[in-house]
Amino acid sequence: MTSSGSPSDVASGDVVLVVVDHQGTTVRNPALELLTAARAIGRPEAVWLGGDAPAGAALETLGTHGAGVVHHLAVDPGGLLPAQVAQVLRVAVEATGARTVLLTSTFENKEASAHLAFHLGAGLVVDAAGVERDDDGALVTVQQAFAGTWTLRSVVTAEHAVVALKANAVPAEVVDGAPVPQVVAHPVVADASVGGATLVERTERPVSERPSLTEAQVVVVGGRGTNGDFSAVEDLADALGGAVGATRVATDEGWIGHEAQIGQTGVTVSPRLYVGAGVSGAVHHRGGMQSSGTIVAINNDPEAPIFEIADYGIVGDLTTVLPQTAAEVRRLRAESGEA
Amino acid sequence: MKIVVCVKHVPDVQADRRFTDDGLVDRTQGDGTLNELDENAVEAALALAEAHGGEVVALTMGPADAEDAVRRALQMGADQAVHVQDDALAGSDVFATAAVLAAAVRRLGEDAPVDLVVTGMAALDGLMSVVPSLLAAELGTSQATLAAELAVEDGAVRVRRDLDDATEVVRAPLPAVVSVTDQSNQPRYPNFKGIMAARKKPVTTWSLADLGVDAGAVGAAGARTRVLQATPRPPRENRVLVTDDGGAGTQLAAYLVQNRLV
Ligand SMILES: Cc1cc2nc3c(=O)[nH]c(=O)nc-3n(C[C@H](O)[C@H](O)[C@H](O)COP(=O)(O)OP(=O)(O)OC[C@H]3O[C@@H](n4cnc5c(N)ncnc54)[C@H](O)[C@@H]3O)c2cc1C
Ligand SMILES: Nc1ncnc2c1ncn2[C@@H]1O[C@H](COP(=O)(O)O)[C@@H](O)[C@H]1O
Repeated sequence: MTSSGSPSDVASGDVVLVVVDHQGTTVRNPALELLTAARAIGRPEAVWLGGDAPAGAALETLGTHGAGVVHHLAVDPGGLLPAQVAQVLRVAVEATGARTVLLTSTFENKEASAHLAFHLGAGLVVDAAGVERDDDGALVTVQQAFAGTWTLRSVVTAEHAVVALKANAVPAEVVDGAPVPQVVAHPVVADASVGGATLVERTERPVSERPSLTEAQVVVVGGRGTNGDFSAVEDLADALGGAVGATRVATDEGWIGHEAQIGQTGVTVSPRLYVGAGVSGAVHHRGGMQSSGTIVAINNDPEAPIFEIADYGIVGDLTTVLPQTAAEVRRLRAESGEA
Repeated sequence: MKIVVCVKHVPDVQADRRFTDDGLVDRTQGDGTLNELDENAVEAALALAEAHGGEVVALTMGPADAEDAVRRALQMGADQAVHVQDDALAGSDVFATAAVLAAAVRRLGEDAPVDLVVTGMAALDGLMSVVPSLLAAELGTSQATLAAELAVEDGAVRVRRDLDDATEVVRAPLPAVVSVTDQSNQPRYPNFKGIMAARKKPVTTWSLADLGVDAGAVGAAGARTRVLQATPRPPRENRVLVTDDGGAGTQLAAYLVQNRLV
């Protein structure tokens, strides 16, 4: 991603609030990507929702990725509905006078973004793949549309902007010699009755040993062609240090949890490497993976539509190709001494 | 119960979808359909009306063709339909869309209050998934979105929603806005009887003036974002297709290493 020629001083001085995605005290990678992206469009300041303020390694990481200040809002985001999250975020927007807010583009955040933009009168862009400034300092976003077959560049014409960025859109980069950010606490009272809805119950899914699907640099996906046996898919994912994904057919069949579904009605992924095995490449599935860096497909039908978008296609049986690939990857790694 | 179900007319996902030179979704190809995910919304609305009694009104905002979307909802079993159509709406963003849909819901509530607004989880053209939240904000009601399961009981709607890292149960007192996912039900297919009956069902057309919405606040003029450029993605280069002769897995591993993907 490039920032345009010479962003005006006003633009580079503008506070850009970055809502930090974190798991307990661990900052998740997409938050670091957002901070990196924010540096190209202004002066990033982090917003941390959580019982405790970030400290130690978490605070340092936010600093090394460009956050000059961390705004702490003492509420548990897991206990809030989207309208309430927006209400809490408004406290930070008002306190800083920030005109731009960046979030990670999850379903929950898209809803919170909508409420926040509604109240700020802001322009709203979700599932963005990049942000930059035009020569006049206006915010420009890049998005993929129509199952990744089109690229849109849009300018935000409102004074405020709320942008939800996809994970893996911008690689996280550190700033040399960045100081540990200052933490500013803001009083918050989350109105339990925004709109009158209540969160009756929230069950966190157990954290997997594998990287999370949206954040992973490598995703190995199984479809109907696995016939229900995901072991070869999982094994290759582990050999590559990747996450496991699935098509809707595979999740509907109950072969793997619904949270693994990639596509228009599931998770959107943009890993460096996508491997699809026994996946036909239906448009609904493509919508969630077509912006991946390199696409590899293994399918025994040479006519499968996924071959139209694959960088590397293998017409073959996944039950032989996957284990062979995994074994060879492990062997090559051992050979190069990084096993 | 009075239920309004919002349905959108979108270009068929299986067709060659395009943007116009102005960066708007090209809706002139004539291959538009009811947004597939709104079939789930219609199904949810019909099932609730069947279980609790009441009426289902299908609501759409869009150009002339959009009437097809509410027609399809009528064929599935909705009782009546409203089509908001006005030249000033071209180029509307999600805020204008929500404001106009909310104005139509309020107008529909003048004779008997609307208890529930049901929407799909996303329109398959823009895939924003934000109109339901904006509708709730416009109407000042509670929301229970992305329902994989829903039920109305004790004057509230209760939904289960599956998010990336958690599953939630949300209770929203009526009136409320709910959006439903494609996991929530299996949409019924209109039968011959339904198709015939739909011909006699009323479709009311409202303009912005009918709704008292200021034309300057909607359409391209009122939009808070403007598309600068829409470009088709160039085809991927250097694509390789091999047929497994027994060593394709080994070759793939070499390719991955060569391209520093491992
Ligand atoms: C509203 C709506 C939303 C949807 N949303 C999504 C979504 O978000 N995500 C999604 O994935 N789908 C979604 N779908 C479903 C989508 O349309 C397809 O049905 C689905 O993606 C197909 O899954 P598949 O590729 O696993 O199965 P299939 O299309 O059946 O393909 C299986 C493939 O496996 C190959 N195969 C079989 N055996 C082998 C073998 N031994 N080795 C190698 N290859 C083999 C076959 O040749 C075939 O190409 C949605 C559908 C609708 C209507
Ligand atoms: N123009 C429209 N007319 C009627 N309903 C709409 C319109 N746009 C969006 N919706 C509803 O809002 C849902 C989510 O849309 P979106 O936020 O655009 O992805 C859709 O599934 C529809 O139910």
